[in-house]
Amino acid sequence: MANTAHADHAHDHHDHKPHGLKRWLYATNHKDIGTMYLVFACIMFFGGGAMALVIRAELFQPGLQFVDPSFFNSMTTMHALLMIFGGVMPAWTGLANWMVPMQVGAPDMALPRLNNFSFWLLPFAFTLLLGTLFVPGGAPAGGWTLYPPLVLQGGDSFPFTIFAIHLMGISSILGAINVVVTILNMRAPGMGLLQMPLFCWTWLITAYLLIAVMPVLAGAVTMLLTDHFFGTTFFTASGGGDPVMFQHIFWFFGHPEVYILILPAFGVVSEIIPTFSRKPLFGYESMVYATASIAFLSFIVWAHHMFTVGMPLAGQLFFMLSTMLIAIPTGVKVFNWCATMWKGSISFETPMLFALAFLFLFTIGGFSGLMLAIAPADFQYHDTYFVVAHFHYVLVPGAVFSIMAGVYYWLPKWCGRMYNERLGKAHFWLSVIGVNVLFFPQHFLGLAGMPRRIPDYSTQFADWNMVSSIGAFIFGFSQLLFVAAIWNAVRSGEKAPQRPWEGATGLDWELPTPAPYHSWETPPAANILPKPGH
Amino acid sequence: MSTKFRNVLRSLAALTLGTTTSLTAHAGFGDLNMTRGVTEISENIYSLHMTIFWWCVAIAFFVFGWMIWSLVAFRHSQGAKPDTQMTHSTKAEIIWTVIPVVILVIMAVPAARSLIAIEDTSNSELSIKVTGYQWKWQYDYLDEKVSFFSTLDRTSNETRQLQSGKDPRAVENYLLDVDKPLVVPEDTKVRLLLTSQDVIHAWWVPAFGLKKDAIPGTVNEMWFKVKTGKTGVYRGQCVELCGRDHGFMPIVVKVVTKDEFKAFVAAQKSAPPASAPAASGAAPTVASAGAGTPPRG
Amino acid sequence: MATTHASHHHDDKYYVPHDSHWPIYGSVSLFTLMLGLCGWLNEWYGPYVFVAGLLMVVGLFVGWFNVVIGENQKGMYNTQVDQSFRMGMMWFIFSEVMFFAAFFGALFYARQLSVPWLGGEGAKMFNKLLLYKDFDNAWPTNGPARVGPRDDGSFEVIPAFGLPAINTAILLLSGVTITIAHHALKEGKRSILNIFLAATFLLGFLFVYLQAKEYSHAYTELGLKLSTGIYGSTFFMLTGFHGMHVTLGAIMLLVIWLRTMNGHFTPQRHFGFEAVAWYWHFVDVVWLGLFVFVYWV
Ligand code: HEA
Ligand code: HEA
Ligand code: CUA
Ligand SMILES: [Cu+2]
Repeated sequence: MANTAHADHAHDHHDHKPHGLKRWLYATNHKDIGTMYLVFACIMFFGGGAMALVIRAELFQPGLQFVDPSFFNSMTTMHALLMIFGGVMPAWTGLANWMVPMQVGAPDMALPRLNNFSFWLLPFAFTLLLGTLFVPGGAPAGGWTLYPPLVLQGGDSFPFTIFAIHLMGISSILGAINVVVTILNMRAPGMGLLQMPLFCWTWLITAYLLIAVMPVLAGAVTMLLTDHFFGTTFFTASGGGDPVMFQHIFWFFGHPEVYILILPAFGVVSEIIPTFSRKPLFGYESMVYATASIAFLSFIVWAHHMFTVGMPLAGQLFFMLSTMLIAIPTGVKVFNWCATMWKGSISFETPMLFALAFLFLFTIGGFSGLMLAIAPADFQYHDTYFVVAHFHYVLVPGAVFSIMAGVYYWLPKWCGRMYNERLGKAHFWLSVIGVNVLFFPQHFLGLAGMPRRIPDYSTQFADWNMVSSIGAFIFGFSQLLFVAAIWNAVRSGEKAPQRPWEGATGLDWELPTPAPYHSWETPPAANILPKPGH
Repeated sequence: MSTKFRNVLRSLAALTLGTTTSLTAHAGFGDLNMTRGVTEISENIYSLHMTIFWWCVAIAFFVFGWMIWSLVAFRHSQGAKPDTQMTHSTKAEIIWTVIPVVILVIMAVPAARSLIAIEDTSNSELSIKVTGYQWKWQYDYLDEKVSFFSTLDRTSNETRQLQSGKDPRAVENYLLDVDKPLVVPEDTKVRLLLTSQDVIHAWWVPAFGLKKDAIPGTVNEMWFKVKTGKTGVYRGQCVELCGRDHGFMPIVVKVVTKDEFKAFVAAQKSAPPASAPAASGAAPTVASAGAGTPPRG
Repeated sequence: MATTHASHHHDDKYYVPHDSHWPIYGSVSLFTLMLGLCGWLNEWYGPYVFVAGLLMVVGLFVGWFNVVIGENQKGMYNTQVDQSFRMGMMWFIFSEVMFFAAFFGALFYARQLSVPWLGGEGAKMFNKLLLYKDFDNAWPTNGPARVGPRDDGSFEVIPAFGLPAINTAILLLSGVTITIAHHALKEGKRSILNIFLAATFLLGFLFVYLQAKEYSHAYTELGLKLSTGIYGSTFFMLTGFHGMHVTLGAIMLLVIWLRTMNGHFTPQRHFGFEAVAWYWHFVDVVWLGLFVFVYWV
């Protein structure tokens, strides 16, 4: 390792870490920044979860027991913003920070200072957002979709919300640029694109989506801001604008956004299933192409969120058909995962359990998505709990479960210690039962006619709401086990070997455990690179 | 407090008993599926919904069957040996691309057909302008020059206040009743012209099958035709978040026979106008705007 | 870990900077800026916090770029680092393109869809029948309510073949001068480089100056403001954000010019120059879009 001429001698001390607060504030190390992202995401997840519990407590039975309707609306809005922008997106960026350099054989992310900037913008963005809970008029209450004219009625919280979104947007764009550049420019010598693990591939495509759509969201909320404060009429008909125009621009961002939340999950699952099936991923290349097709299609389906706004017939037909097409590449992925397990040698450690739950429950969420895509049927489903059930199935056992799967999977590599398998399994079973009790009944509620975003409901919806709320509390409190499992592993877990999972392949597992502070200061040798199209 | 506790017990019991309770008349646990409704469109949508649903079940049966089979048959703990050579198969990939395409086409055809039927607003016999307000609805029978507001009924309104101490279960049609329902005749193609005075609302009666947004500054169209013999009261709600009391702007439609409808209109005309709204201005006149088919864009 | 090295595509190490206070300082500055804007817009306090934030952001750029330039001059960046910077800049410009796309999207949507619909075209004839009897689809427009500063709701627009055409020429010319400068740099002709680079940023500032004159003309004489309905909204937001980008680009050119005067950049290695040149071309192309779609057709 010493045969490289080092320009900068400070690098010679491999595990020389800066100490104290400065290590985190001034960080440039991808692992430190990744850790900060993950911890931040976890805090936001609990914050957003606490808000969800307020929602579910209020909906436990008919009548208003705990909160005022406008506070309820704020909870719904903030819950979604925290979970999506504070929970899932930063969690993925955190995982990318940890894993991408390790998987492509790079010493660090391509632009380390920018990396830290991306991270530190987030706590400030969420300070602005959460600060609105204390301003006159309360937190934003127009739904996370921010539709005008309602959102323009927001009180003093309005500019805070807009600027918080701007900051989150800058953070995401800079973070995404870093990932793209790391993947395209920092791969180990001799590593072709089709040799990369799928997590890198899905993140590459996700990053592209992020750079393409976050600026559009920024533009949309900027127009809201000028409509509110500077007399523009983008979204006001009397001046020649149209409130529906906002919805088009928002969903041009919003639909790719949901794939931003799920594509990295596809990547993680594509790593875990082969490992615990002890068999290479089936159809590697078609997985890559399917991901790219999903990303492409995601740009031309946005108005399936708007079938009831009064679009011309041709528009409705187009968006219905294009949306249905997404089932095809997604199906390819699901079938490839099945084929990977087929004739494998499967064991059921916690990461695999979460990946399997993902496989089942995401597919269910996909089916309800397909049902929503059928425009005439969506006239019945739209803005009911059927939609809420759909997107929580793809988001919670979809995105969130795979984040947890990824954390359990790579934790030994990160901290050099194993989590407690019994604790992990307890967390898994409580979660998987809780999440289904929580969200499955919401399908029934929606079909029976319960609208979303209401704090109180007619008595015929009482029974399933109560079940759903019970599920929420089971699911919510079992997440404390997740924290416990990680805490326990980091403090007192068993020492982990270099390759704790028998079937694990890839450069990340070639590094010693725990991974050295600077990952691949010396590029990996050609003979340990993954084979092309493995 | 004791009711709350009783409710918890009840729901736990219901959980363990599964769907046995679902047979009781309008018990919530029994409401599992979309309503068939009382219009041709709603029945159409219901059958479309069931078609896609059963297709999904069929695919799920296959996919989940495959997964479960693999999980059971290829367990490491049972000494399964992995076939590491099995890495791709173009034939398999083509099959599982083409079959979904075929299924999707089968779904898309009836879906497109119903969509076209739904969007055909020609030959409507009665036009009603529906205006959303925070938080009530206004109905203008355009040709009959009848106009009134429709708001949440008193009892529900008192009960729904924060910690009102009143039991919602004691209120009939809690949150789904209004002071003055919309009245329409059966077997008549009713065209709704939806708009709003403030923010976006959406008008939905599940039994009629459709919902549509009421957007300030534009007029949206939607129609329904209740089948003969399906007179009665149908209920729905505003389904677009419209602020604090979004959950409290129900829709009630009374479907009556054609004769009863005539009587209703006559009575409305003789009655003094119910406090004309300041904002809505003069009642608009559309001399039988339903005559022609509007051009489609 | 492997100790033998496969082919290295560079002979030195990738530069990973040690701890830096600029990111956290940058986050604090942006936070201050935005907090200041929030309070100012809410009329809680004057623009002081905002201005403080603005100064901090200026400090951020000066400070951070200073470090990067210094490191670059010390030769700490190998070709791979250089490549990272290039790619980063490219993707950043792509994000900027998408930011403009949102506003162009709004313009096209208004012109092609929402304004015709307000005029009752397509399937939206009821807009005309019920809401806007005397509004017809036309462009430019400030909407059915003729929103704008003048009492009679009228306004005039800036014709394409006046100042805007001159501005187009200016920007196109600046595109030529920067290309000449680039070639000169690559051929080591420093004096040509200095002159043409100076010409480029001077043209840039000239553009901004003319644009400012045009704005004041619009505001004082034409009745064309940000609040002149959808025309004013799209016009000022598009040209305004473009103008801000030109200003920024011209400042960047100025900085690059100062650096060339100090002997920075070599014929082989001059990422800073190229980044600014790309940015300048991007601003140029956006202007062409504006000229065609905002002013001309
Ligand atoms: C991770 C996030 C995520 C993902 C992956 C998806 C995936 C999909 N979504 Fe979902 N969606 C959301 C998040 C997501 N969605 C959110 C957050 C909302 C609500 C936003 C709001 O209003 O607040 C929403 C709302 C939403 C709507 C609007 C509903 C409404 O408001 O009325 C629609 C309508 O078309 C839709 C469709 C789909 C489809 C077709 C998919 C497809 O990608 C699914 C594809 C997958 C499968 C189909 C399963 C696997 C495939 C096979 C096994 C192959 C064979 C299958 C067939 C041939 C059927 N979604
Ligand atoms: C990734 C995104 C994500 C995630 C993970 C979740 C997770 C959850 N969501 Fe949500 N949700 C959305 C995205 C997400 N949601 C979106 C986009 C909307 C639409 C918003 C809108 O309409 O605008 C929505 C809306 C939404 C609604 C509809 C609200 C309405 O229409 O009014 C409901 C209702 O049940 C709900 C519930 C839940 C629950 C119970 C969870 C649970 O999974 C959460 C579980 C986690 C916890 C509970 C944390 C655990 C914490 C503790 C154990 C500590 C407890 C501490 C205290 C209580 C102090 N969500
Ligand atoms: Cu009106 Cu919701
Ligand atoms: Cu979508």
